[in-house]
Formats: sequence, C-alpha cells, structure tokens
Amino acid sequence: MHRVHGLLLAALFIFVSACSALAIDVKAAVLRVDYPTLLPISRYDLPPADLGFAGAALADEDNGTTGGFLGHTYETATVAVTPEEAEAAMASILEAGTRLIVVQARAAELQQLADQAAEAGALVFNARAADIALRDDVCRGNLLHTAPSHAMMADAVAQFAVWKKWTDWFVIAGSNPSDIALAEALRKSARKFGARIVEDRSFEDTGGSRRTDSGHVLVQRQLPAFTQGAAEHDVVIAADETDYFARYLSYHLWDPRPVLGSGGLVPTTFHGAHEAYGATQYQTRFEALTGRYAQPEDYNVWLALRVVGEAVTRANTAEPEGVRDYALSDAFELAAFKGQRVTFRDWNGQLRQPILLYDGRITVSVSPQEGFLHQTSPLDTLGLDRPESRCTSFD
Amino acid sequence: MKHLLLSTTIALLMSAPAYAGKAFISNERGNTITVVNTETWEVEDEFFAGNRPRGITASPDGSVIYVCASDDNLVRVFDANTYEELPSLPSGPDPELFILEPSGKRLYIANEDDNLVTVTDTETRTVLAEVPVGVEPEGMGMSPDAKFVVNTSETTNMAHFISTEDYKIKHNILVDQRPRYAHYTADGSRLFVTSEIGGTVTVMDIDAEGAPTVVGKISFEVAGVQPEWLQPVGARVTSDGTRLFVALGPANRVAVVDAQSLEVLDYILVGQRVWQLDFTPDEQFLLTTNGNSNDITVIDVAKEKAIKSVQVGQQPWGVVVIE
Repeated sequence: MHRVHGLLLAALFIFVSACSALAIDVKAAVLRVDYPTLLPISRYDLPPADLGFAGAALADEDNGTTGGFLGHTYETATVAVTPEEAEAAMASILEAGTRLIVVQARAAELQQLADQAAEAGALVFNARAADIALRDDVCRGNLLHTAPSHAMMADAVAQFAVWKKWTDWFVIAGSNPSDIALAEALRKSARKFGARIVEDRSFEDTGGSRRTDSGHVLVQRQLPAFTQGAAEHDVVIAADETDYFARYLSYHLWDPRPVLGSGGLVPTTFHGAHEAYGATQYQTRFEALTGRYAQPEDYNVWLALRVVGEAVTRANTAEPEGVRDYALSDAFELAAFKGQRVTFRDWNGQLRQPILLYDGRITVSVSPQEGFLHQTSPLDTLGLDRPESRCTSFD
Repeated sequence: MKHLLLSTTIALLMSAPAYAGKAFISNERGNTITVVNTETWEVEDEFFAGNRPRGITASPDGSVIYVCASDDNLVRVFDANTYEELPSLPSGPDPELFILEPSGKRLYIANEDDNLVTVTDTETRTVLAEVPVGVEPEGMGMSPDAKFVVNTSETTNMAHFISTEDYKIKHNILVDQRPRYAHYTADGSRLFVTSEIGGTVTVMDIDAEGAPTVVGKISFEVAGVQPEWLQPVGARVTSDGTRLFVALGPANRVAVVDAQSLEVLDYILVGQRVWQLDFTPDEQFLLTTNGNSNDITVIDVAKEKAIKSVQVGQQPWGVVVIE
C-alpha cells in the first residue's frame, strides 16, 4: 500500500513540475488548551498569552512568502480554551471546514481531540504533549508529533552524560504522576546507554518550597539535608515535570555535582538564544513579528505548519490525507535550524529531530552525541525506535 | 613566535611563485578582514571590517573591496591597496551575500531578514530597487551576460531568476532544503545550486533566453562521514567548465566534481566547517574558508590536492582574490 502511494506521489511530482502549480488556499487552526496551574519557579518561565500562536503567525508569514510564488495562500486560526471548552472548540473548527489542526494540550485532551478530529477526517499535530504512550500503545493514525517525547528528551540527557563519562547517577524524582513518568523515561535511558543509577530518591510535593519572597531560605536548609548521604555519584538527574524543585537543586546539593534533566542542564527542542545552524534568522524574524523570545511550543507549532507548507509546496496538496502521506514519505525533509533535515518516523508519526541541551542561557550541547550510532539515522537513537514502539496505527 | 616559524616554513616551502596577488578573507566573528599574500601565503594585514562581515567581493579592476557588514546593515567599502575605508553603500537590513555585475556598477545584495534582494548603484551609492524574494535569501549568482541574477532562499527553497532589466522574477525553481549558493559556468550554459540541508547540488541547463531546466542532481558520499554532515555550501567551476568544486561544510571536505558528467571524482580534506571558495585569478589555486578552525586551505587546482593552510581571523566566512 505504501509502495503504491510512493509511486502515485512520484507521478504527481512529475505532473507538478511539468505544468505550473495549482492555486491552493490552505486553512489551518491552532487549538490551545489552557490549564489552571501554579506559578513557575522562575518568572522567566511565565507563559506568554500568545504561546504557540506566535509560532503560527511566523509560519503563516514564511509559508505565505513561498506561496506567493506558487499561488498558495495560508490562513491559520488560533483559539485558546479551558479543558471543558476543548471539545466544543474542536467541533467549531471542524465545522468551519478546517482539516489541518495543531493542538497544544496535555495527553488526555489531545487523545480525545485527535479522535474527534479523526471522525471528520482531519489531521492533528501534537505541539505540546511529551507522553511516551502517545507514540506507543495509544498512538493515533491521524496524529503527528512535532513535540519531542519524554523518551527523546531523556535519551538526549543520557547520551550527553555518558559522553562525559558521568555514568553514576543520583536520580531525584518528583512525586506527581508526570514526574514519575519522566523519571521512568530517564531510568530507561540509563539502561539503554549504560549509565548506573546508584541512588534513587523521591522528593515529595508537599505544596511548599515554591516561589515566595523567602522561598530560598527554606530551600537552602531543606535540599542539602534531603540529598545527604547519597552513594558516590557523578551527577544528579532530576525528574520534575511539575516544576516545583528541580530548578533549586544546583548549588543546594549536599555533594557538589552537576544537575541535568529538569534542572541545571535541561533538554529542550528550542530556546530564544539558540543561534547555530542559521537559527539566528529564525530568532530575528520571530522577535520582529512578536516582540518576544521564541519558546519550545512556538517552535513546535511553527514546525507543524511548515510541514503543511512543505506538503503544499512540493506535493501540491492541502488535504489531510495528502499532507500525512507526504510527511511520512521518503520524499519529505525539512530544514528546521537544527543542523540536519528533520523527518517523520513512519511507525508512530514522531518527528525525528536533534535535542538541544540548554543551561538557561546558551546551547551547551546538541544530542544525538557523537559516537551513538544507528543503522537508519543517528536521530533514531533518541526516543522510541521502530522495534520498541507498540504503535500499529501507521502500519 | 608561532607566526615567525610559520612564515619561515612557508618561505622555505615556496619555490616557484606564480604571481603576487592578495586574498581578502572576511572573519564573521572577528569583525575583520585578513589579507593573505597569494605568493608567500603569509598574512600581510588584518583590519576592522564592520560588524559580522560575511559576503566579500572586489571591483572588476581589483581596486576596491566590498563586504557585507551584516550587523551594521550596510556594505562597507575598502581601498584594496591601503585598506582605508571608503564611503559605505546602502544595502538594506542584514546583508549576507551579494554579487557585483561584471561592469562593476550594480551590486545585488541578499537581505536575509527581510526577504528582499536590494539593488545598489556603487557609483551614486543609492538603492535602485528592492526585489521581494523567498524567505531567508542568501545565495547570489549572476549569468555571465549579466541578464539574470539568481537568488536562493533558504527557507522557501527556491532559486529565483531575477531579470536585471526590469528587476522582475522570471522563473522560480524549487530545489532541496536550504539552498545556499548559486553559480553559473563561465559560458552561462549551466547553473549549480547547492542545498545545505538537502545535501545536494541541483544542476540546471540554461537556454539562450536564460530559462532554466533542471537536468540533474549531485549527491555526496564519504566513507566514515555521516550523510547528515555532507552539507554543500560554497561552489566554484573552473572557467573551462570541466571541474566543479563544492565546499561541504561540517564534513570538512571539498568535493571535486566532473562538471559535465556530474560524477563526484574526489573529496579533498580541508579545515573545519568549510564555507566559501574562490580561485586565484589564474585558477592555479582554490582557497577555502574554514569557519571552525579559523584558517583557509589552499588547494592546488591542477593536482586537486590541499597544499597548505593559513591561520586567519575568527570564523572566516568569505574570500575574494585579486591580482
């Protein structure tokens, strides 16, 4: 079936290059679900009101400029809702005839929204949820992920630590389900790349220690005591998806050690200081348009809409089926300011891409690290590989 | 001390100098231009070139050096003999690469941040036109008859053929991801466009009216180098049209290609992150800028071998050689 698609696509290509492209008006939407949350530890991490939407605006500009030469136009609607309003918002997007939808939501809502979209034959891009299950046993055939998974992030950290020969880990995990899931991904990465977990502790979320005008006073007393008496270790690996303690770990440990994971050196898909691989141009365009620095979700949304743009430009289709088939085909490739082409894994719809390791100021390193090899692509050393994924919706 | 040793070694090594020329190398991070003597291969001088100097070229008579000072948003101009700065040229924002027409009058500049090609008159120092192109314009090539300027846009992934008569785009050709550079053969019959992330060179035949037809694509393969790092950037063709040299960026190699059959013949190991190329005017040597090792590599064109490297400034980007 796949082969037939490939052939058809090739035929289409010849047709397209022979005559000039047809006019296409591309309609897309970004649906963002906003959850009630506590303040972040650092006010630098306060989410901007246009989180993700700014990435859509830049993508519309970029795609629109290219489209100007081909007779293609791009228009992306954006809507932010509460979890309770999400279903109705998706319904009205579908009712308006839009079939290419980027969703910024947690896994539970994302799954429901993707299924709702599937009934209308729409294609959904995941620009937020990192949950591994979405790329594994609960994957969806109409759901592509531009957001990296926890597995990719954890592998990016593990490869760097192992490259540094920091192979004895002290894992500190938060106590909320999302922290526990991230810790499990980090433990799995340790096994995958040969690091040893010599100490494993859980830091209970008791609702305290969060940012207050005197929070640091308590933290300075609590954390050394908490980390005392650990087995000899090279690094501390933190799993704190909730964002309640990991940012405090550096400088407050009993043993002076580097921190990686949710604090210290953090894996991220993009940040506003990333300059390598021509990314300066992305940053300046983004800042000129939005008046702020780019954040990972902006980049994920931008990527999703650029995938649509590539399909429209090269395969002359804005139909959800056509975009999906082109994105998953061998012909697809995209330059994403990460030094190499990014492509999709055709077994679970995950975009394979390098992961940046960020210290809050600069890109310290980029994974995959040198020497981690793979028979298909070094990028497949990050995250669920074909034999590991239980996803069958793409078969 | 190191310099002295190096120069002594070079002086000893050089036996039959070809001619006395000068290579000007723009150092993107160092904000300078390094001047290298192409007879002795010694660094003669280094001077301030503005902020983030990238594209560099010379007037047809070799008397003036133009450089894109990207972060100053202008083209800086220097006397090629005294290195004295002359009045600047308006370029539009963030000029990256440019090409000067053979008469030396009009300069065509890619404005990376603004999706424009700016046309500047080098005599009156005025902007003649702004041509809207694709996202992140970079590569600039000119047909030998000066009728077409080809701009490549890195995020739109097209080669835009701009008529120099009316500054209108006449043809748009889609190429692979992140096209960096466009270069015509001396007879104007062929055009090569490098795609950094796509890892290919698209080859177009150009008809009498200047219209392009894609006739082939060159790919690269080096044992022991991950295909992801084979990223074509700068390119040059010998004037007899037989050999194409392609800088492969982080693969630290220059590919030698039969420009007729498009077969890749060899890979020459050079410095790290090889970026742009230029021949000496007699085409005896090809110089490469190596951004991560802060040096240039000198390639003997006939032997297709690297013969030496010369340390220059911080993150060398572009190079132009004059007699």
